[in-house]
Amino acid sequence: MSDIAERVKKIVIDHLGVDADKVVEGASFIDDLGADSLDTVELVMAFEEEFGVEIPDDAADSILTVGDAVKFIEKAQA
Amino acid sequence: MRRVVITGTGMVSPLGCGTEVSWSRLLAGQNSARVVTEFEVEDLPAKIACRIPVGDGSDGTFNVDQWMEPKEQRKVDPFIIYGVAAAEMALEDAGWHPKTDEDQIATGVLIGSGIGGLEGIVEAGYTLRDKGPRRISPFFIPGRLINLVSGQVSIRHKLRGPNHAVVTACSTGAHAIGDAARMIAFGDAEVMVAGGAESPICRISLAGFAACKALSTQHNDDPQKASRPYDRDRDGFVMGEGAGIVVLEELEHAKARGAKIYAEVVGYGMSGDAFHITAPSEDGDGAFRCMTAALKRAGISASDVDYINAHGTSTMADTIELGAVERLVGNAASKISMSSTKSAIGHLLGAAGAVEAIFSALAIRDNIAPPTLNLDNPDVETAIDLVPHKARKREINIALSNSFGFGGTNASLVLRRYEA
Repeated sequence: MSDIAERVKKIVIDHLGVDADKVVEGASFIDDLGADSLDTVELVMAFEEEFGVEIPDDAADSILTVGDAVKFIEKAQA
Repeated sequence: MRRVVITGTGMVSPLGCGTEVSWSRLLAGQNSARVVTEFEVEDLPAKIACRIPVGDGSDGTFNVDQWMEPKEQRKVDPFIIYGVAAAEMALEDAGWHPKTDEDQIATGVLIGSGIGGLEGIVEAGYTLRDKGPRRISPFFIPGRLINLVSGQVSIRHKLRGPNHAVVTACSTGAHAIGDAARMIAFGDAEVMVAGGAESPICRISLAGFAACKALSTQHNDDPQKASRPYDRDRDGFVMGEGAGIVVLEELEHAKARGAKIYAEVVGYGMSGDAFHITAPSEDGDGAFRCMTAALKRAGISASDVDYINAHGTSTMADTIELGAVERLVGNAASKISMSSTKSAIGHLLGAAGAVEAIFSALAIRDNIAPPTLNLDNPDVETAIDLVPHKARKREINIALSNSFGFGGTNASLVLRRYEA
């Protein structure tokens, strides 16, 4: 797993209070990890803070899974 | 009028986590005041407070993880957690866990706070200034709003009746219980979870209340001497924190399910001073009218009151309240015991009236008046027993609990031993 993926995973675990083994690439924040709409807003803010990237609202709306977040950040930092 | 009784209590106080542990320590004369060590107090005039004992949950300590999931804790200010914890204790104590639509809809929540999430607002202010609006959490607002104690308790226990909150400074807890009792009497609900919660101990709050000249600043070196209601050396209140929650229930509803009954809520009175933003009216008129209204509602004469849990904050206002009580009870003064439990737990602001109403109910249950600590040299002479230093065993069938708040807002509750 990439460094970015590890850091994303840690943020998700901390914010959603879920077990590490559930935080897999295809896991949906809302459907699989118990987040509500406010949790997802806060997650996106935490990603922005951690990686120093800006995630516009329309892009945030398309980040639904752990893998989506990793891909967006990798691209933004490339 | 439908009758309303207390069938459950829950408390997080500076004396401990739980009603019974707080009560037994109160009766034993324990004092919870100490120097604040959790944040910088060097530049503050008041460096002391009565803090909840935090620990692993044993020996009356408060273990936050027992009451709220860690991922939820960081979304809310502590006053919400204290309220959620005390409400869960109260519902457990009452044995009331509504499962049917009918029972859930018949159960409401009315929990207030005097200030709400002050510290979280301060922190968000720094975030806004230093990092900009995009860094303000979506949980900032719902984690600070005062009515979110009622909201959280409702959601957690599926209580779908009236959902309300009170904000009347230091009268909040008493107003919440009085208003909730009226909702039951009026038929809006069969059961109400009611009380107050507060977590005010932070730098901005200590600075603000000290600026109002409300806090004790002369006993920083000897914190347990600081809260000394009616004593000539008192110089202000000591800030406390916590929550007090009761389960109020319509009498027949309680009897039908065989619930334990602590006491009946028989009277509730309110008044406004219309005098000053922080000081009570000097003649005690607001306090007098408030107590008079509560006794009238109860149909009880002042001479029948056995115990008064005073507002008694350890400020100049103590003697104003005492004067109002003397005027109220007249020749019966010598048969009344009146104490300020703020001498042991400090001033819990919006939670004070609720915690003190619970203490009043327990005074009836156990026939004992809790003490006024540190009352070494009473500032004024009175025939009223102020219960100095030690709890007093005595018959208590009727108790009156007073709360007075900034803005000149006053509330009195009258509780009576339950008799069929």
